[in-house]
Amino acid sequence: MKPKAYERSIDPATRAMLLKAEKEGIETAWDRYEKQLPQCSFGQLGVCCRNCNMGPCRIDPFGEGADKGVCGATADIIVARNLLRMIAAGAAAHSDHARDAVLTFKKMSGGEAGSYGIKDEAKLFSLAAEYGISAEDRSKEEITAELASALLAEFGKQEGPIQYTRRAPETRLRLWAELGIEPRGIDREIVECMHRTHMGVDNDATHILLHGLRTSLSDGWGGSMIATEVQDVLFGTPEPRKATVNLGVLSEDKVNVIIHGHEPILSEMIVEAAEDPTLLKLAKEKGAKGINVAGICCTGNETLMRHGTPIAGTFLQQELAVITGAVEAMVVDVQCVMPALGSLTGCYHTKFISTSPKADFPGTNRIEFHEEKAYETAKEIVRTAVENFPNRSPEKVSIPDEKQECMVGFSAEAILKALGGTPTPLIDAIAGGSVKGIGAVVGCNNVKVQHNYGHVNLVKELIKNNVLVVTTGCNAIACAEAGLLVPEAASMAGEGLKGVCEALGIPPVLHMGSCVDISRILVLASAIAKALGVDISDLPAAGAAPEWMSEKAVSIGAYVVSSGVYTVLGTVPPVLGSAAVADLLTRGLDGVVGASFAVEPDPFKAASLMLARIEEKRKALGLKA
Amino acid sequence: MKEVMVRPERCMGCRSCEIACAVEHSESKSLFAAVGESPSPRKRIYIEYIPEHAASVPVTCRHCEDAPCTTVCPTGALSREEISRKVVHSPELCIGCWTCSMVCNYGVIGRQKEARVAVKCDLCPGREVPACVEACPTNALVYAEVKDFSGIKRAEAALKLARGMKPGSAL
Ligand code: SF4
Ligand code: SF4
Ligand code: SF4
Repeated sequence: MKPKAYERSIDPATRAMLLKAEKEGIETAWDRYEKQLPQCSFGQLGVCCRNCNMGPCRIDPFGEGADKGVCGATADIIVARNLLRMIAAGAAAHSDHARDAVLTFKKMSGGEAGSYGIKDEAKLFSLAAEYGISAEDRSKEEITAELASALLAEFGKQEGPIQYTRRAPETRLRLWAELGIEPRGIDREIVECMHRTHMGVDNDATHILLHGLRTSLSDGWGGSMIATEVQDVLFGTPEPRKATVNLGVLSEDKVNVIIHGHEPILSEMIVEAAEDPTLLKLAKEKGAKGINVAGICCTGNETLMRHGTPIAGTFLQQELAVITGAVEAMVVDVQCVMPALGSLTGCYHTKFISTSPKADFPGTNRIEFHEEKAYETAKEIVRTAVENFPNRSPEKVSIPDEKQECMVGFSAEAILKALGGTPTPLIDAIAGGSVKGIGAVVGCNNVKVQHNYGHVNLVKELIKNNVLVVTTGCNAIACAEAGLLVPEAASMAGEGLKGVCEALGIPPVLHMGSCVDISRILVLASAIAKALGVDISDLPAAGAAPEWMSEKAVSIGAYVVSSGVYTVLGTVPPVLGSAAVADLLTRGLDGVVGASFAVEPDPFKAASLMLARIEEKRKALGLKA
Repeated sequence: MKEVMVRPERCMGCRSCEIACAVEHSESKSLFAAVGESPSPRKRIYIEYIPEHAASVPVTCRHCEDAPCTTVCPTGALSREEISRKVVHSPELCIGCWTCSMVCNYGVIGRQKEARVAVKCDLCPGREVPACVEACPTNALVYAEVKDFSGIKRAEAALKLARGMKPGSAL
């Protein structure tokens, strides 16, 4: 019998650490998942409601028992309300992250966050211009302050649209307005989700879901987009660069500091502090050859994109990084951090350091991070890691060999630059048929899917069929681990795409950043649609989230579809308890926003669905098959 | 033969067993596909709620040794499988007279609405452990030989006695 590790992941480094975990009697997410099986059917179908204390209520999916909650809510209503709450949570996570970025930006402009500065001035001015903030006769500081206030106002806006939604093509904007789903203030939409789903408020499934689309748009073209833009101004807009990924980036002889979570506000400072001469000296004194910072999840993607800081792994590799026995500190901020890290780090010498005022976990050393003394705090965190180096027990250390090169940093700006300044060469390649279309593949890992199997196979299948792939989040890390983010990976692409990649010297899979950077994909899609004079929904493009698990992914899926891009989900969302909701999501939305969802766990079949949609769009545009 | 034995004190009333039963007896045997099937798959285990005791009790076919349902069934649709000792039902012989329902002490002979025939527990042919037992998160359902189950109960009672507690009191 093959060891379980083989069924759990396709990645050799992950398998090696899973075997180590088994040998050491250490529990991981996969073991905990097994103990959860079989999972509750009501939950899987989305037909359980706990929104008031007359409940919990649940609907019998086979029609023998209760067909309504105490208040009379049907399966359709309950499923729709639950979905809306998932969207609200996802949009809240992205947008609250954005708020913190803007607050840092604002504090920086007021001189209260001295560790930060402006790295991309051109972007600062172009963002200001979008808000009609004049640059004439004004200092950079004044412009920064005014832009920060304008951005901050988006969260509590009560009137008028969110500014960056104006980046969408005219036809899309008109459609949103007609449907009444043009997002207003970011916080407002999220609050309204909670209001509508309170007992006895919104009780029509379609009506509920339309607000879901609006809320998701306030994330994609609001919160997420603001986060991306402000972070670019503060830390620089990513440009192509080389880096390495996978657990093998951890060092045998250096202090390993893992940055895990989502916000670059912290990780940027850690990366800087790791180069501090006094700390490097201290590291030497403690017997280490240096300080090695490596990322996990999207905070890792942020520093990877801007500095080429290595990445140790995807979401499901967070525990395995600790299991190498070589991590001095696991430094976390917010989102996708497993509370299991608390007891796990207790089995090794690893210090589990929580930093966000919003997020604490069991078993942490708490070093709260505030922008006012960002660099100082970052140094304290790195010092804690360095001082922990002598506690590493060599007999517990085993670092996998796998360490893969990758080329990253493809912001929308960088892609346009690689194309020579305009999207025209890409459009020509698509029109000529050498590139069939664009596939946006994103999302998490999920123990329900063999780790990275969905990601890697779906992307390979797309490039083989001449679909240029843009990627973010854990899909990007998975692709990097599988060697798909190097220019040489063009050899795995179909003839047409291969030619284009070789001519431009780019990989067939372009890493566009973290999960909030899916907003970069929207900007790129919008630029292409505008250049062609069509709507986003007319483009030969399709999206996928092969291994999604988080509520953020639900919000992302909803804004991608609402923006006009057909999206295939690799794990089943909890909506099948309502045939009406499932039908609306997978068919009905086509007639509303020009795109819909599909659910297909098999990555090969998912690729076929995306290819079919791309062909359909090509045909409608009069492009050859 | 192994039986589905019930430990009612452990039941939380989540109805996971009922759904697992219906899914197991669906065309597709998959939850996500079964919800769309027509006719709807039927469950054969029932959670009965007793308000006075605020208790949920799983009730399912006892596969009685001297089964009244098989005795009264006029067509032989209900019969005992000689080797497995299960009480089984053949829908093609069933005329929908509900005589069996009248004599079953447990009320566990249900009705397949569309086909108008009886449905009852078949202990999930082809499965090592019946679907309801596997689905129960608290092990309120146990698939065991009566002698083994009684052994467990005896051990529990003995433990309580040993602790100076009265047997039968709450765990
Ligand atoms: S809101 Fe309605 S369905 Fe939900 S728990 Fe209350 S009574 Fe039940
Ligand atoms: S259906 Fe009723 S009478 Fe027949 S074997 Fe089962 S419990 Fe006994
Ligand atoms: S699955 Fe177990 S706990 Fe749930 S209702 Fe059935 S017997 Fe009770």
